[in-house]
Amino acid sequence: MGTLYAILGGFMDQIILQILNGLDKGSAYALIALGLTLIFGTLGVVNFAHGALFMLGAFCAITFNRILTISHVVVDETQKDFLGNPLKVDIPYIYDWFGESTGQALINWSVPLAILFAIPVMIIIGVVMERGLIKHFYKRPHADQILVTFGLAIVLQEIVKYYFGANQIPNPAPEAFTGSFDFGAAVGLKAGSIIYPYWRIVYFSFAMLLIGSVFAFLQFTTFGMVVRAGMADRETVELLGINIDKRFTIMFGVAAAVAGLAGVMYTPINSPNYHMGMDFLVISFVVVVVGGMGSLPGAVAAGLLLGILESFASMRQVIEALPGINQVVIYLAAIVILLTRPRGLMGRKGVMEE
Amino acid sequence: MTKTKLTRRSVMQTGAVAGAGLALPTILTAGSHAGFANAPTGSTVTLGFNVPQSGPYADEGNDELKAYKLAVEHLNGEGDGGMLQTFSSKALDGTGILGKKVEYVTGDTQTNADAARASARSMIEKDGAIMITGGSSSGVAVAVQSLCQDAGIIFMAGLTHSNDTTGKDKKANGFRHFFNSYMTGAALAPILADRYGADRKAYHLTADYNWGYTTEEAVRNSTEALGWETVAAVKTPLSQTDFSSYVAPVLNSGADVLILNHYGGNMVNSLTSAVEFGLRAAQANGKNFEIVVPLYSRLMAKGAGKNVAGIFGTTGWHWSLENTAGSRYTGTNAFVKSFGEKYGYPPSQAAHTCYCQALLYADAVQRGGSFNPCSVVEALEGFEFDGMGNGPTLYRAEDHQCIKDVLVVRGKENPANDFDLLELVDITPAEAVTFDPAIFGGNLGSCNPGA
Repeated sequence: MGTLYAILGGFMDQIILQILNGLDKGSAYALIALGLTLIFGTLGVVNFAHGALFMLGAFCAITFNRILTISHVVVDETQKDFLGNPLKVDIPYIYDWFGESTGQALINWSVPLAILFAIPVMIIIGVVMERGLIKHFYKRPHADQILVTFGLAIVLQEIVKYYFGANQIPNPAPEAFTGSFDFGAAVGLKAGSIIYPYWRIVYFSFAMLLIGSVFAFLQFTTFGMVVRAGMADRETVELLGINIDKRFTIMFGVAAAVAGLAGVMYTPINSPNYHMGMDFLVISFVVVVVGGMGSLPGAVAAGLLLGILESFASMRQVIEALPGINQVVIYLAAIVILLTRPRGLMGRKGVMEE
Repeated sequence: MTKTKLTRRSVMQTGAVAGAGLALPTILTAGSHAGFANAPTGSTVTLGFNVPQSGPYADEGNDELKAYKLAVEHLNGEGDGGMLQTFSSKALDGTGILGKKVEYVTGDTQTNADAARASARSMIEKDGAIMITGGSSSGVAVAVQSLCQDAGIIFMAGLTHSNDTTGKDKKANGFRHFFNSYMTGAALAPILADRYGADRKAYHLTADYNWGYTTEEAVRNSTEALGWETVAAVKTPLSQTDFSSYVAPVLNSGADVLILNHYGGNMVNSLTSAVEFGLRAAQANGKNFEIVVPLYSRLMAKGAGKNVAGIFGTTGWHWSLENTAGSRYTGTNAFVKSFGEKYGYPPSQAAHTCYCQALLYADAVQRGGSFNPCSVVEALEGFEFDGMGNGPTLYRAEDHQCIKDVLVVRGKENPANDFDLLELVDITPAEAVTFDPAIFGGNLGSCNPGA
């Protein structure tokens, strides 16, 4: 009995650990899928460039960090560079303006601060994308929309690669959030049995907050009410004399900002490169379909669910029992869910079924 | 029926005659030269640099290409001559190769075997490249090497670390200057046992492809031989970006060392996750928990930032080698100087191995007196040289693998800049990493001059 409890206890740790792991990965999926669903629900466009928006968000954080560290060169005669010439030291202008300690603090906190920078930038990118390109494709078949947005995603990737290179660029979290939290000790299990990085807790909380704000915005503001009405019955809303197009454009901007913020906060978890959007894109579509096309709560629920499933599937014991399961679990789950619930978890009748 | 008679038969006949007519000049030239593919006839000779210019290893490719351009300059007698000043063979004199000015064409491997074969083929068939070199992946190296074998062209591999390139997939026309997984294991294990003790339990995370397998096997075998125990080895998908679910269970697995058989983006991400989950600061089995990255690349260490601090691995060459380890590694400073002055930063190991490969090829042609692949093979097989930054080196005849010292390095705790990320811990001499070429199987076959 004692041994059984010990085995179960040991296993329990791992299960809790993988649920936690799944939650932060899942919250990134959920944020991207939420934006996708917003765009699909309002504009009826299948936006394959949404992963690229996530990636652009991450590069907003990198750019913001670079802006903070714009430097002038001071030649330091006391040190030598790799060729034996006097070392050129870069001093960020921000040190000159705010003093060295404030300057360092600003650079240290550049990831959270980048949120303020990314919101306007991402809304502008979203609105420009919608007005400049995507609006011309509303009346076209979904296949055309997919092709044009996919093409756009590749163009955006190549632009980013041109300016930032192909390798990953590290962008660490503020020092206050480095290290990890002993979750095991906190919930009364063995100390050190469940270690969880602080920044991932921050990421999960941030994602929940962001999702909550989007829902609150749609639920409790007049603007949100009109948008929801427009999603349900666009023609009637237009007949009431409301310019629904303008509001939908703004929603595209909001969706871009949500994906962008997901990207900004993700940079300390994985150093971003130009390709990160594509890595998330396919899974995000699976998330949207599993959650139910057009269903916002469905997107969030499916994002978290698939994130957790993916974590479980990468446990050593699971891989040993079912080799290769870690590579296919998401798609397997999608097949099972779609076979049993053809409209996805929370899909409504009539969406994408004309 | 007075119209022109265009029957199947007449079309075939015209086609056959025209085809023969077009083929005639090629047949004549093929007969007139020394009897090998793409024999240079004018005053120039064309080399084909096949490097990743797009895709995930584009930055390595960029460094490789810069190194090749520098090599071409030095071969043609421009610039300061770089390693030609220190190279032990003095056959090259700065007048090109066999008096022919060196020109080059480039291809984009995209780190994709099909794309790499297509670009190599195009350089061979369209541009008349006499030799193909470069690349940053073992999958690509093996694919391009076999294409070059069939086409009768010499292949000088770039950055490829899998045992297979000069092991089971070796070819007579292919040569590798870079070291391999086996040498990594042999060099790293003694240092690990020395620093971390012989009583260690290792947990491997391994990239799920060819290079990952050979590296895991090599490191496992060498560490187990010294008394380590392998607790688990988990394969991770190559496309994985967030390794948290693989890294998180490690601490409670009974292991006290995590070995990351990952390269490139995989390495950056898995290492970042491991440090994030507090493994570097953790204790296990009463010891400090340790992380090991068998193959280090400075360009990639940059992506992992501060997370590389204190982590052991191996590397083929490092720009500070001659300053820290002495004149045995002569050539290093000469190369760093020409590269650094031209491009403003120190070269990577990818740049170094590619630069060496270009010079070694040119030297072999010069010494053999012919561009004929069979003459190059003969000149390179068993060739012993020095002054190229790795100390005395042998191009082994049995498998066309360079046998040279391997560097064991560690991530610096306080790097002064983006280039100063690794510090030299030890150098394992060539004798200690030499292996029996027969253990990996494969067959060189015989050299193919093409044509």
